Amino acid sequence: MTTAAKPQSGVGKYVVVYFCILAIAGLQFVVAYSNINSSQMLARMLFLAIIEAALALLFFMHLSDNRGLLWFVVIFTVFVLLTLQYGWTDSFRLSGGVPWAR
Amino acid sequence: MSHADTMGSHSAGMTAGPAFSVPAKKMAMWLFIIADTATFAACLVAYGFIRNATPNWPRPFHSITNVALMTFILITSSLTMLLGIEAAKSGDKARAFRWTMITAAGGALFALLHIREWLALIDEGMTLFKNPWGTGLFGATFFGVTGLHLLHVTGGVIALIAVGIRYQRGRYSADDLEITGLYWHFVDLVWMFVVPLVYLMNLGH
Repeated sequence: MTTAAKPQSGVGKYVVVYFCILAIAGLQFVVAYSNINSSQMLARMLFLAIIEAALALLFFMHLSDNRGLLWFVVIFTVFVLLTLQYGWTDSFRLSGGVPWAR
Repeated sequence: MSHADTMGSHSAGMTAGPAFSVPAKKMAMWLFIIADTATFAACLVAYGFIRNATPNWPRPFHSITNVALMTFILITSSLTMLLGIEAAKSGDKARAFRWTMITAAGGALFALLHIREWLALIDEGMTLFKNPWGTGLFGATFFGVTGLHLLHVTGGVIALIAVGIRYQRGRYSADDLEITGLYWHFVDLVWMFVVPLVYLMNLGH
C-alpha cells in the first residue's frame, strides 16, 4: 500500500504547484491591465515570473530534492544574468542622454 | 592484472560518484539548460535594451485571449509531462506513453496557435524590419525572441514523440523520459518570462 500511495502524493503535490503557477500567471495578466507606469509594471511582472520559475524549478524539475545541484544551477545562472547587466544602463543613455552619458 | 582487477581499480576510482549524485545524462541536460538559459537571457536583455532605448515602441496587442490560452496550454503540458514520468516510474508503460503523447499534442497545439498569431501579425503588415505602428525594430525582436522559443517547442515536441515511442518499445527507460521532461519544463519556464516582457508589456490600452 505504501508503495502505491507514494506516487499519488507526488501527483497531488504537482497539481497544487500547477494551480499555484496558473494563479501567478493569471496575476501577471491582472498587472498588465493595472494603471501603473512601465517601470513598476516590469518590476511586478518580473517578480511574479521569478516566483513561477522558482516553483517550476523546485517542484517540476525536482531541484528541491538535490541541494547541491540546486546551488550549482542558481549560482551559475545568477552569475550569467549579472554579467549580462553591464551594458543595461547604456539604454537609458540612448533614450535620455543623461546621466550616464557623462 | 586480470580484467576483474582492472574493473576493481576502475570502480575504486569512481567511488566519489557522479557530480551532485546526478546521472551523467541528466547532468548533461542540466548543463544544456543552463547554457540555453544564457541564450534566452541574452535575447531578453537585448530586447529590453532596445525597447527601453526606443521612444516610439509599438503596442500592437489588444487582446490577451490568444497568449492566455497559449500560456494555459504550455503550463498544463508540464503537468501532463509529470504525470507521464510518474507513470513511467511506477512501471505503467501504457499510461506513461499516453501522457507523453498528450504533452506532445499540447506542445503542437501551442505551436499552431503561435504560428496563427504570427500570420495575423504578418497580415497586418508586420515584418522583420517594418510595421505600421512604430519602430521597425519591434518585428525583429518579437520574431527573434518568440521564434527562438517556438523553435524550442517544436524541437521538444519532436523529442517527446521520439523518446515516448522508444520508451514504449523498451529501448529507453523512465530516466530518459524524465530527462526529456526536464527540457520540456525548461521550455515552459522560459515562456513565463517571454509572456510579460514581449506580450503583456506591449498591450495597447
